[in-house]
Amino acid sequence: MTNTQARNTKVMNRFDLTQRLVTKLKDEAVIGGIGNTNFDLWAAGHRPENFYMLGSMGLAFPIALGVALAQPKRRVFALEGDGSLLMQLGCLATIATLAPKNLTMVVMDNGIYQITGSQPTPAAGHTDLIAVAVASGLANSSWAADEDDFERLIEQSMSATVPTLIGVRIDDKPGTGTTRRDPVQIRERFMHGMGVRQPL
Amino acid sequence: MAAATEQSSAQGTAPTWHGIVLETLKRNEIRLTPYVPDKVLTPLIKNLHADPYFNTFPTAREEEAVGIVSGAWMAGMRGAVLMQTSGFATLANVLASLAVPYQIPLIMFVSERGTLGEFNYGQALVCRTMRPVLDSLAMEHHTITRLDELEFIADRSIKQAITTQAPVALILNPLLTGGKVFNK
Repeated sequence: MTNTQARNTKVMNRFDLTQRLVTKLKDEAVIGGIGNTNFDLWAAGHRPENFYMLGSMGLAFPIALGVALAQPKRRVFALEGDGSLLMQLGCLATIATLAPKNLTMVVMDNGIYQITGSQPTPAAGHTDLIAVAVASGLANSSWAADEDDFERLIEQSMSATVPTLIGVRIDDKPGTGTTRRDPVQIRERFMHGMGVRQPL
Repeated sequence: MAAATEQSSAQGTAPTWHGIVLETLKRNEIRLTPYVPDKVLTPLIKNLHADPYFNTFPTAREEEAVGIVSGAWMAGMRGAVLMQTSGFATLANVLASLAVPYQIPLIMFVSERGTLGEFNYGQALVCRTMRPVLDSLAMEHHTITRLDELEFIADRSIKQAITTQAPVALILNPLLTGGKVFNK
């Protein structure tokens, strides 16, 4: 069993990592999972290519998979929390089978449900989500050792021939901003960002 | 309207419910068809796999498939999810937090278990939750019982879902499909 200590990975910060990602982006899609994950995506600076989830916990990777299948030439990022991913582990098998090379998944692992009161997840300290991903068939899955390694893995994923999953250990800080909770506008702006619609 | 029916007749074969569904999906440019399998849906799933027009694959859960077709639609590709009644019963959260509030034309084909000869009490019970959930969210849904009405209902409902940006559930009743019967 691989436990948290054995990972030897630095505890980083969600907002800092999200900013490091967003700085690198041009027209790539980013799907932000519920709660702090998309709050920090919002706080890193809104872009029309961002999609913010306001529910449906665990569906950031499946939604991103749909975008990646529809637009194979566009790079698609998905940012998901560890608790959210635990809700939908089966999607890792689906993604491994379909293997879209334009999909980069990031799982932000702090071992807690921060937003609901920081209760530990059932996986905390015992389940290695990257090992789960590898066992699901996503061979290109790895923990980021530190911020530089995270940036390196992100850049490497841009030209990967298989889907990429990056695990980052993060601290227990809440999200930095709060996404404007207007689902229709979020969806419409995202569709403009994806180039499938023009503004009215 | 009866293009699929005519095509089947021209080939000298009797129209089937699954043939009509496949042709109606194609005519409406619905290529992405993830599913969680069901015995009754087997011929449809088999034919979708056999037709290179479609990108069809199993998912581990129905809500996963809903996420996939939602993402695809927002990025310009149309999809529909295939499932059975008990699978629909897992969807209340994703319908209420993704498909309905974001105004996503989620198209669902639900093979109806739990009625007209059901042998599994659990299926009979879970079936009774389906229409109240759909009604509580004011979602469009139709129960299709007749072969001669299938193409009209499916084709019109798909077009309505897309143009009004609202989800729809098309419930395939045992009167249409034959359903699943006790077979020892």
